[in-house]
Amino acid sequence: MITLGHYLVVSGMLFSLGLAGVIARRNIIIVYMCLEMMLSAANLALVGFSRFHLANGLPDYTAQSLVFFTITVAAAEVAVGLAIIVALFRSKQSVDVESVTKLQG
Amino acid sequence: MPPLLFYLFALITLGFGFMVVTGRNPVTCALSLAASFVGLAALFLSLDAYFIAVIQILVYAGAVMVLFLFIIMLLDIKTEEGKKLNMPAIVSGVLLAVLLTLQIAAVVGSTELAKKTSQDTPLALAEAATKIGKAAALPTITNDLKSGTLPDAKLIGFTLFDQYGFHLQVIGLLLLVGTIGVVVLSKRERSAP
Repeated sequence: MITLGHYLVVSGMLFSLGLAGVIARRNIIIVYMCLEMMLSAANLALVGFSRFHLANGLPDYTAQSLVFFTITVAAAEVAVGLAIIVALFRSKQSVDVESVTKLQG
Repeated sequence: MPPLLFYLFALITLGFGFMVVTGRNPVTCALSLAASFVGLAALFLSLDAYFIAVIQILVYAGAVMVLFLFIIMLLDIKTEEGKKLNMPAIVSGVLLAVLLTLQIAAVVGSTELAKKTSQDTPLALAEAATKIGKAAALPTITNDLKSGTLPDAKLIGFTLFDQYGFHLQVIGLLLLVGTIGVVVLSKRERSAP
């Protein structure tokens, strides 16, 4: 049988994949995609807890409301982040994270 | 949901997620991410979260991925072939990911909560119709519950507008500020006279 643990492990593995991508990749757009993956992994854990923690015989809708807010914030974040990437590309002509080293001491 | 389907969709989600992390071509990565999100939406469906699953497909696999593909093609980003790989970053990334996965698996394996199945926590729709507090005043919700369907979107909507009305307005403001921010950021700076 599929338990809550199964969903949590899938969520954790998806989060770890995203984390590995954020650390290892150098293309800033792919780093951004991996960030989105980590957000979705957190959503999966939330929805899992919502389903397996019943309130009055129904899934706990407080958690699903939080997922709704997370998705909204993620959408706004993608829009702003990609605008920043476009601005960065205009000034550096590159999307490599190592081309942005101005703040490095 | 039969266990086989769970493993299939988990495999789709994680497999395409792996292709996002390892792919060399940004367009391949973006399309893999869309496929991964569709798998994730199927997992949401298996958790009786129909509204969240639809939102996941519409917002992530639809809007967000179109935005990503649009930027990739606008900037005309080439595959990063020929560039040497950043070995220390890759090793530390993989190491951290493996450690985190092991830790999560260990925590999940040692808690009683994680052993709950959907049989342990069955949805009691008809009984819930009388116990949902203020939402019981809405016939559209109680009728659905009594007829045995889960009014998922209605209940989320009720929770949002009943308990989180202020937060919803803050989110609306955030989207407005985000839109203005994008316009400001993408405006070309005028060269100084």
